[in-house]
Amino acid sequence: MGQIVAFSGNQAIAEGMRQINPDVCAAYPITPQTELMQQFASFVSDGVVDTELVTVESEHSAMSACVGAAAAGGRVMTATSAQGLALMWEIMYCASGLRLPIIMTIVNRALNAPLNIHGDHSDAMGARDSGWIQIFSENAQEAYDNLVQAVRIGEKASVRLPVAVCYDGFIISHSIERMEILEDEEVKGFVGPYQNKFHPLLDVAHPVTYGAVDLQDYYTEHKRQQVEAMKNALPVVLEIAEEYKKLSGRGFGYFEAYRLEDAEIGMFIMGSAAGTAKDVVDELRATGVKAGLLKLRVFRPFPYQEVSAALKNLKVLAIMDRAESFGAMGGPTFNELRSALLNLKTPPLTFNYIYGLGGREPSLAEIHKAFARAREVLTAGKVEVLHDYLQVRE
Amino acid sequence: MNAGGAPATKPITIKQLAQRPEILAGGHRLCPGCGAPIAVRQILLASDYPVVLANATGCLEVSTSIFPFTSWRAPWIHNAFENAAATISGAEAMYRSLKRQGKIPPEQEIRFIAFGGDGGTYDIGLQSLSGALERGHRFLYVCYNNEGYMNTGIQRSSASPMGADTTTSPVGQVSPGKREFRKDLTSIIVAHEIPYVAQSATIPSRWGELINKVRKALEVPGPSFINVLASCNRGWRHNIDETLELTQLAVDTCYWPLYEVVNGEYRLTYKPKEKKPVTEWLKRQGRFRHLFRSENEGIIKRVQEKVDQDWERLLKKCGEL
Repeated sequence: MGQIVAFSGNQAIAEGMRQINPDVCAAYPITPQTELMQQFASFVSDGVVDTELVTVESEHSAMSACVGAAAAGGRVMTATSAQGLALMWEIMYCASGLRLPIIMTIVNRALNAPLNIHGDHSDAMGARDSGWIQIFSENAQEAYDNLVQAVRIGEKASVRLPVAVCYDGFIISHSIERMEILEDEEVKGFVGPYQNKFHPLLDVAHPVTYGAVDLQDYYTEHKRQQVEAMKNALPVVLEIAEEYKKLSGRGFGYFEAYRLEDAEIGMFIMGSAAGTAKDVVDELRATGVKAGLLKLRVFRPFPYQEVSAALKNLKVLAIMDRAESFGAMGGPTFNELRSALLNLKTPPLTFNYIYGLGGREPSLAEIHKAFARAREVLTAGKVEVLHDYLQVRE
Repeated sequence: MNAGGAPATKPITIKQLAQRPEILAGGHRLCPGCGAPIAVRQILLASDYPVVLANATGCLEVSTSIFPFTSWRAPWIHNAFENAAATISGAEAMYRSLKRQGKIPPEQEIRFIAFGGDGGTYDIGLQSLSGALERGHRFLYVCYNNEGYMNTGIQRSSASPMGADTTTSPVGQVSPGKREFRKDLTSIIVAHEIPYVAQSATIPSRWGELINKVRKALEVPGPSFINVLASCNRGWRHNIDETLELTQLAVDTCYWPLYEVVNGEYRLTYKPKEKKPVTEWLKRQGRFRHLFRSENEGIIKRVQEKVDQDWERLLKKCGEL
């Protein structure tokens, strides 16, 4: 069985990486990811992992080296935040297009300009179409659990896609929590040895060309195969979660449905603020308000059928985005979720709040404000303002 | 390493080379007369070991890997334009990791070679290359330098010579072509203090010039770099059967001196019997045709002065003066 520890999110991930023991890790330091890589570097220096740590000169080279290492044939991990992810962006498409199951921790942080080092989802949302599986975490425990599962999801032969494990900068990365980590042998057994089935570069007896030029006659088919791999990832996420539950006792799905069964008004949210929002749901329930919440864990592939089915009985839904999509009809998750809900016979009325930008943590009162708006919409039977800001001076 | 500091290499004969299998298969789609595949074939023949290759985006890459075909009979990866060095460094790191863990047998020797054009090396890929060299990965980086962004249509690069007519430094009413001297990338690489750096070319007068340098580079226990002048007849504007002649002229005018720097020690590997005027090289190429108009005399003079100055400095570094 595991052991109870007091870890920050970064410590939890560093421990997870030590237990997974990747063959190569290429990374570049950036706040708030920094201490994660520092701690992992000391594991390398103390010889407690077999990892070759490549201390590159930029995140662009970090992802490039990860691609080279993964194509060479082995387990590869990295981590970054914000600008670092933005700099990697070009090569994230190469990682997914070459079907390399690299595992990356994204310690979510706001994008410059203006410069801000604190948590929001702008970085991960900017890479949402890069072909990476994206899994979000509410706390250090989930970040750790997601990391261990990510290895299996990405490396599954029917998937073979890179996976990003996301958690909010500072609020998760730097807060110390009580959590449980598995024994080293349990993690080792769960992730298993890396399976080199696809003639990697180091298989010199079977030379393979990686990264060919692919023109009008084949490019579409290869992109279509990537879509299929994403679809395949959906059942694999549940299959691995089931196996992980047997090992850890902690169950995971595509999302967590919180007091949704008979709810009339609901909230859709990702990441650390879900904890605060669940407290607000409890307070509302105590006063007789039928409130519920859906916290999304797997953002890519977007489990739109399951999510919309879970929200089908709601009358009003507040969709919370911790990132802006400038000039769009609301934030990134609002757009996708609202579209998914159109499949329902009687979809809930929806509106969008942008919150938590640049680390502005939502208070209980602010989450209450969002639910109060939902109650107004319920009474009025219509949405007056589709896209609004929860915490802003205007 | 032998006492002189030069890496020990086994000599190889041209007959032995002829018996080795070609790694770059024929039927690729590089232009007739392109200098790149001549260099690449020699480089790959030179290796006594299995190789893993990385290729920056560029002519060599796009013309040899058009799906569902490939010209590469060795493991090969193209990642992007500016990251061939970082990519090969990752592959080499994986090799070291797996070997250390006993997942690759100890007797399995592999060499890692990255190819980039001057665009991918002098310019957009310089940071990635510098980082990989500083980190000490054991790999050979080959810049096949055709002095411009030829793949995208003959734009200037920082390797393009002064006065070159390119599509982004076109000769016009008020412009005589590229106004700046090229960057001395080989010296920048030397400043990284890696074990082996060379400047080379495929010249008819010395069949082993490039091959022997590659063999030395593949023996050093760290990074190595070779800057190979490779003509692009489309960009340089000469006949397709003049590639090697033009390369020989670049060397014989001392516009492109051949030398190596082994553990910081410079050595000239070829000294022309008679140093020809740079105009011998310039006048054979359409990209310099305008320089021979009377108003551009000054440019030719400056180019010659720079060649003379650089050559003299190099001779001093090599202990030839």
